[in-house]
Amino acid sequence: MSNPDLISRRQRWMAILARAERPLIEARLATVDPLPSHRRLRGPETGLVMVQGRAGGNGAPFNLGEMTVTRCTVHNEHGLTGHAYIAGRDAPKAELAAALDAALQDPDAGPRLERTVIDPLADALAAADDRLRAEAEATRVDFFTLATMRS
Amino acid sequence: MTLDRPGFLDPVAEAQSCFRSVLSAMSRPGSITAMSHAIAAPPLDPATAAVLLTLVDADVTLWLDEPLMPSWDWLAFHAGVVRAPSRAEAAFLCVTALPPLAELFAGSDAAPETSATIILQVPGLTDGRPLTLYGPGLEAPAVIAPLGLPDDFVAQWEANHRLFPRGLDLMLCARGNFLALPRSVRIGEG
Repeated sequence: MSNPDLISRRQRWMAILARAERPLIEARLATVDPLPSHRRLRGPETGLVMVQGRAGGNGAPFNLGEMTVTRCTVHNEHGLTGHAYIAGRDAPKAELAAALDAALQDPDAGPRLERTVIDPLADALAAADDRLRAEAEATRVDFFTLATMRS
Repeated sequence: MTLDRPGFLDPVAEAQSCFRSVLSAMSRPGSITAMSHAIAAPPLDPATAAVLLTLVDADVTLWLDEPLMPSWDWLAFHAGVVRAPSRAEAAFLCVTALPPLAELFAGSDAAPETSATIILQVPGLTDGRPLTLYGPGLEAPAVIAPLGLPDDFVAQWEANHRLFPRGLDLMLCARGNFLALPRSVRIGEG
């Protein structure tokens, strides 16, 4: 995993798999060859992680709150290890995302899988984002102050 | 990277039942105990692997000797354990040959529980040189005969025992079985 290109591609598909809904991923997978078989190394298991924030982006870190996270690690028949951390408690999705992470690292089959599964998911997520933005845009109000009251 | 093997399949329940095995072995020095869950993770024996996953976590430091180093990634992944900067500073040592006990951290008088715990993987727990155990947890002297201990083990252990309440605790693991020699036990030849 020292290849910087592979690292950034992997960051992208892990982020997409974490955000995409499971039925959407399954629908894409139904259109391609079955994934290599795998066995679980850890999980899927659900736990809490403390999310930290910084006021204004550069203040002292504070604990924003805990969130539920499900993680899974699998090892597939081609000797590749895949990890997944997803929000919520959808264990089958965590396992599916981990199996996909492993399969996508394959130098031969990976790039095709990226085109046929990850890219459409990215488009679907972007479209959903745009829809939400458009809805919000319709009700946007610009406030401005004509004069400041000073006492 | 040797990260191709699972750890505990049911981490909470299996670690608890292995902890029970460790507790009963520690309270009955020298008794050969079967680890309640065996984990295949070579070069660690099943009992060694289970003891490590039960006892070590991100709050302790671990030292592995050269033959066991291939297991480092596996342990770091499943236990989140931190590598000890040196043998003398390690809270846990998992080794295939016993290091000189005097070189390891035996705890302080204020905090004797911080001393090192040695997990020694040996070829067998029987058929070696017989040793007699006395002390707390033993109604009558018990005889053990593990393989793979150094020739001057009895003298080294005597020195370790004299440090009480400081001192090292030792566990011997072979395949799926292990026995414990807590610092409170006295060991004689034959």
